Amino acid sequence: MGTLTIGCFPGLVGNMTYDFALKLADAAATKGHKVNIWFSGNATGSIKSHQKHLKDYSTGEKFLTALLAKGVEICTCEACTVARGVQKTDAIEKVQWNAMHWYLAKVHKSDRVLLIGGE
Amino acid sequence: MGENVKLAFIVQKPQYKGETSRLGITHAISYQTVEILLEDGELVTPTLCFIGEGVLGLQKGQKAMDMYGVTSSEAHIKNALLVDLDVFICKEDLAKYGISEDSLPDAEEMGADKKLQIVPFAQIQKAIEESKHIMFF
Repeated sequence: MGTLTIGCFPGLVGNMTYDFALKLADAAATKGHKVNIWFSGNATGSIKSHQKHLKDYSTGEKFLTALLAKGVEICTCEACTVARGVQKTDAIEKVQWNAMHWYLAKVHKSDRVLLIGGE
Repeated sequence: MGENVKLAFIVQKPQYKGETSRLGITHAISYQTVEILLEDGELVTPTLCFIGEGVLGLQKGQKAMDMYGVTSSEAHIKNALLVDLDVFICKEDLAKYGISEDSLPDAEEMGADKKLQIVPFAQIQKAIEESKHIMFF
């Protein structure tokens, strides 16, 4: 089994590439691969807890919580996150907070890297 | 001896249109501190490349701090040179947009040894081929 690291930059609501990143991560983790997800830019807003699932909009919290339970490592860019007004006390538990070098370190150990660009 | 993983950061979106192009620069710069999360001897060696519309918004004399209250892309480029990143700018794309090479910044006054490298796309292609992972911003 391999290691996949996904750099995810798009926002949760407004396009479906964020949703794609999480579904891809789930598929890889289900097959037994080690998966890491790095959130940067607008993707960092998705780690806010207590998201309400309205059927007209995608939601991230349920997916993120399920991925964390499967052992997927998820880390948010601390600077990008606090810039959006999200504090650790507001965040989904077990999401890691770190700086960009976390992503590069995971990339170093990865067999495959997928960067899903944002706006 | 740990592995030296070469990475290509390819910026193809213009600065200031969105944040992704800037994040390409800052993520590349973060190689400077990655060793705290790696084993002894392991390295990450990034090459930062600007191609296509990515060559837009790199010129010197930017006033982003005055106008928007944010660090300019020019400042980020200078920081990249200061931490000894190899920064390649596509020569053909500069010509396509009519951007002169001497309009681009350097970080000599900050003490940087590196300079921006205006190179043919073939050289950027070579850097891509030599990299283990390629990331497009």
